[in-house]
Amino acid sequence: MSLLTTHNLTAYYGDFQALFGVDIELNSGETIAIIGANGAGKTTLMRSISGVLRNASNSVLYEGTAIGAKESDAVMRDGIAMIPEGRKLFTSLSVKENLLIGTFGRKVNGYWTLKAIYDLFPILQEKADAPATSLSGGQQQMVAIGRALISNPKVLLCDEISLGLAPVVIRDIYAAFPKIKASGASVIVVEQDIAQALKVADRVYCMMEGRVTLSGKPNDLTREDIQDAYFGRITK
Amino acid sequence: MYHVETKTRASKIAFYGGIIVLIIAVALPFFAGRATIQDIFFILTMLVLAQWWNLLAGYGGLVSVGQQAFVGMGAYAMFGMVILQGWDPVPSILIAGLAALILAIPTAFFAFRLQGAYFAIGTWVIAEVTRLSVAQWKQLGGGTGTSLPRSATKNMRGVEWVKDLLDVKTSAARDILAYWLALIMAVLTIGFIYWLLRSRRGLGLSALRDNFTTAKSLGVDAVAIKWFVFLISALGTGLAGGLIYMQKARISPDAAFSVLDWTAYVIFIVVIGGIGTIEGPIIGVIVFFLLQNMLADYGSWYLLILGVIGITIILFAPKGLWGLFSQRTGIQIFPVQRRLVNKNQNSEDKNNG
Amino acid sequence: MIWIDSLIQGILLGGLYALFAAGLSLVFGIMRLVNLAHGDLIVFSAYITLAFVSLLGIHPFVAAFVAAPVMFGIGWLLQRLVLNRVLGPDILPPLLVTFGLSIVLQNALLETWSADSRRLSVGALETASLSLGPITVGILPVMTFFTAVLAIIILNHISFKTELGRAFRATSDDPVTAQLMGIRPNSIFATAMGLAMVIAVIAALYLGIRANFDPSIGPARLIYAFEAVIIGGLGSLWGTLLGGIIIGVAQTIGATINPEWQILAGHIAFLVVLSIKPRGLMPRAFD
Repeated sequence: MSLLTTHNLTAYYGDFQALFGVDIELNSGETIAIIGANGAGKTTLMRSISGVLRNASNSVLYEGTAIGAKESDAVMRDGIAMIPEGRKLFTSLSVKENLLIGTFGRKVNGYWTLKAIYDLFPILQEKADAPATSLSGGQQQMVAIGRALISNPKVLLCDEISLGLAPVVIRDIYAAFPKIKASGASVIVVEQDIAQALKVADRVYCMMEGRVTLSGKPNDLTREDIQDAYFGRITK
Repeated sequence: MYHVETKTRASKIAFYGGIIVLIIAVALPFFAGRATIQDIFFILTMLVLAQWWNLLAGYGGLVSVGQQAFVGMGAYAMFGMVILQGWDPVPSILIAGLAALILAIPTAFFAFRLQGAYFAIGTWVIAEVTRLSVAQWKQLGGGTGTSLPRSATKNMRGVEWVKDLLDVKTSAARDILAYWLALIMAVLTIGFIYWLLRSRRGLGLSALRDNFTTAKSLGVDAVAIKWFVFLISALGTGLAGGLIYMQKARISPDAAFSVLDWTAYVIFIVVIGGIGTIEGPIIGVIVFFLLQNMLADYGSWYLLILGVIGITIILFAPKGLWGLFSQRTGIQIFPVQRRLVNKNQNSEDKNNG
Repeated sequence: MIWIDSLIQGILLGGLYALFAAGLSLVFGIMRLVNLAHGDLIVFSAYITLAFVSLLGIHPFVAAFVAAPVMFGIGWLLQRLVLNRVLGPDILPPLLVTFGLSIVLQNALLETWSADSRRLSVGALETASLSLGPITVGILPVMTFFTAVLAIIILNHISFKTELGRAFRATSDDPVTAQLMGIRPNSIFATAMGLAMVIAVIAALYLGIRANFDPSIGPARLIYAFEAVIIGGLGSLWGTLLGGIIIGVAQTIGATINPEWQILAGHIAFLVVLSIKPRGLMPRAFD
């Protein structure tokens, strides 16, 4: 059942057009991945969905409602939580406070509580009172994920969560995904790490220069298809 | 070849128009009454103060709420030279500028340690310190103030000449002399500021205002420019203060260091007219003068309305009246924007390659 | 002995200045706004309190209780309708708008209440004093000082131990991401301004009892508040208290030497601290 869709989504930064009519669909319970090179428009897509960038009202539909023009706090309160690119933890807040801030706007009883997040990432309980920015990159990423999860969102947007992290750390982060999926969240994963993206996703979209160049199930796509779509030759 | 140009058609028209206005202004005392001369004197001196504040805040990004320190210091220095050293008031005006310049050095030292809005209040504090200190200067009247001695005002350089030229009383001659000095000061001030903004330093100033870090990385010496702009504005403001109080001939610390007269009104003028442009303060001072005439009888309502208008303009027309006009029409009378212009090559250019 | 007396008076005066400064510090910490009308808003609060005293025939302390939510609302509206529009990277608009607001407030007060000096009377409490051995201290200054301490404790508690305080700090760090996390920055800013106005009412209460007030005294309060914040260091409320104490002590010692030097002495203390420790004595925030 379709949970979130974008219809002909276009976006501009001033005069520069970043998205040229993007259509994607997220079904309930699904995890989809959006891959593409730098500048392909993946983050712009995330920002449009989450409300940081405001677009035409019905260019983004969520649970049947047009949310394209809504501001980001309203979108979050409706149940779409973002893990922003670069993590963007709050520097004046401790680890625990960063996690709890996720409940300010949206208080929904569900699987994800502070305890559940500590179970998912035990190191965070150890460092609960430390300033969030004193943690390693991977640990900060865990905080960012926890901060988004604690509001029990229906849709989780993960923007480049592997960025700047060592492969070992990336594996640990992605190891949390099965639990996240099991809790009922539908997830959109934006990734430059294609291998990881294909492992967790039920379906994949590839973007290049503001357009979707490929979509399908990971098993159905050949390596060539992806390379073409990622780097240049639009085939589908 | 390409070269950089700043003049516009409007500026050329305005240049010739300005010459005509100037000729009329110089000739004004021959046919206008004393009250008019005093009014225009007020307009001209407020214009000078506004141009300097505009240079500091609109172009330099240094919002000072303490320029009254330089008005007051300049005025007191002028009084000091006359009363204590027996100087003629007119050349004492130059000392007024010098005193303000000297005061500006420790002021900048303290104030530059603060950023943004705190810089603003810091300049205010220093103005207060100056006021309180000057009020201790018993020889110049202490807290209650003093007047210029009659001997000095009667025998002021140039007064006799004006009296003979226009056949007026001494006091009127003084006002006319002050008026002509104000005219010279206004023309020189606007001319200097325009020249400055068109110079390399001016380009650096605009660059700093637009993007501080990038400008610095390109070699613009931010600290030197800040100091320069601050000191020169203080100098100009001090000169104006000296002239204003030469005309008033009576001074007190509360008046000479008044936040209302020398900062609030000045800020209002610049904001209403259009901050960050040379044309703005000119429009602003005219609007201010008209408002003052209309509302003078209404006491505190006058200031209240002024404040509300100021706030409304900042909220809804932040570039002021001139900004609105200029955006609509694209007209610039004092153009400082540099444009790249392609002119046809001639043989001379070929040689310069 | 007179010096010890001055010192104690100065420290207690610092409590009043800290109350002036706390609201300014709070607002700057959360939204980087320096409200040039802050002093005038304190004076405005004093007049509102006075109005409730006359209209309802109640004691000033009770009137302050009534005035507090009113001023919260006024601050909230002011931020929501006017000041939120000028927040941003450009420092000019908020400076100019709050400066204009200062002028408007002073003259509105002048029109409504005239330039006559007013006072909030609390009868015997005004002159009541306490003997501490060789020193006598006024009860009121002691109350003022302890109220300031209590206010700072409460503000710090809000900031560090409540959900609202977390939202304040998060919004201060990064308003865009805060909004992404479901916080409405505009509401947060309005709440912060409202809270600052509640502190202003408390400050106004003690100001109005202690001394005469009239529409023109706002700017001087702003300057003392500002000096206290800078001396203490941005971001630290205890630092603000320390700053207030330093100004208070400088003023009273200055006055003891020569009554005409009172205010000047405070300014000089400020300039001295500014030249040796430009970031203040207990800086916490990095701007």
